[in-house]
Amino acid sequence: MKSSHQIELTAGLFLLLAVAALIFLAVQATDRGVVADGGYQVTAHFTNIGGLKTRAKVTMGGVTIGTVESIGLNLETFEAEVVLQIADRYSDLPEDTSASILTSGILGDQYVGLEPGGSPEPLRDGDRIMLTNSAVVLEQLISRYLFNTENEEE
Amino acid sequence: MSDPGAKGPALLSPLRELGRAVLFLATALAHMRLTRLQIAETLRQIYFAGVRSLVIIVTCGFFVGLVLTLQTYDTLTRFGAGDAVSTVLALSLFRELGPVLTAILFAGRAGTSITAEIGLMRATEQLDALELMAIDPLERIVQPRLIGGLIAVPALVLVFNMTALLGGVVFAVALMGVDPGTFWGNMQNTVELGRDFGHGMLKAVAFGAIAAWLAVYHGWSARPTSEGVALATTQTVITTAIAVLILDFVLSAFML
Repeated sequence: MKSSHQIELTAGLFLLLAVAALIFLAVQATDRGVVADGGYQVTAHFTNIGGLKTRAKVTMGGVTIGTVESIGLNLETFEAEVVLQIADRYSDLPEDTSASILTSGILGDQYVGLEPGGSPEPLRDGDRIMLTNSAVVLEQLISRYLFNTENEEE
Repeated sequence: MSDPGAKGPALLSPLRELGRAVLFLATALAHMRLTRLQIAETLRQIYFAGVRSLVIIVTCGFFVGLVLTLQTYDTLTRFGAGDAVSTVLALSLFRELGPVLTAILFAGRAGTSITAEIGLMRATEQLDALELMAIDPLERIVQPRLIGGLIAVPALVLVFNMTALLGGVVFAVALMGVDPGTFWGNMQNTVELGRDFGHGMLKAVAFGAIAAWLAVYHGWSARPTSEGVALATTQTVITTAIAVLILDFVLSAFML
């Protein structure tokens, strides 16, 4: 049986080990809260968002800079209204940044890719991205392809 | 302790048991006091419940990490997505397996000994002796074990997650030749600190509270016979496993 002093010391060391594990896991195995709450929101309107879901990634140049916060339907234009949450440290995106819905890989998830424009004015909280490219829907692509080949045969 | 006078339909007895457990917890919480002696005693309980469980947690964690990686890697390569193995491993560990398996292992390793210890104290009239000496057993015996379990379980979950991740690295990187950069990079890209890791740790705290509470309660309410203590020890493992698995679903449904 250990002395009570040793027991308390071992318990303290155990808690220290747990804190070390917490730091290791938080730093090495997670995103370190890069895409946490906070940041600013911009909206983008798309005619078709394909299979985009909330919490999908928002990237620029392949780097994740935010997430899709919410998706709704605008009842006046009948377009999909996508709210993007972008981290504060990427607050200097040009005003004429364009957004497109892309797919990572063939079976991968869909995400929003941003392309920077050239305007000196930055995007602000609540702004709307004017230039958008909708998702490529495979069925539409195939039907267009079939339609075109029929035309060529005539 | 069962009240021989209260006999009702079979369905009512688990409900009565639950009510007694809640009342016991409320009384124990009301008797809580913070003194230097209590802190020292809590540290001792963290040692007995936490440090003494390290061997089983580390061993089980390592092999859970190994087998989880083996199975998911095999499945994912059939879809040509072998690189996603680290994401699946980390998400399932942080969100589900870490807290749940640790809580159940804790109930088996530490919960049972807490129950048996308190049950035997009751059977050998040590609790009554404490009360005769004007020492509140709820404060001196129950409180350190409750708080000790509450602290030890999340700490053990962290250790479990870390060793399981290590097992995953050993299997995927060292044996299957997954690129270590891809392995960690995919994990860092997809596992969110708050939503995945943070919620998993919230679960760990909740399960720690459940495991410690049920272990202490079953010991406290054990019939003061050798048979009663044996039954209470079994009850600790059974009720903790059931409560943890039910609460796991409820918490997951609310947090996602």
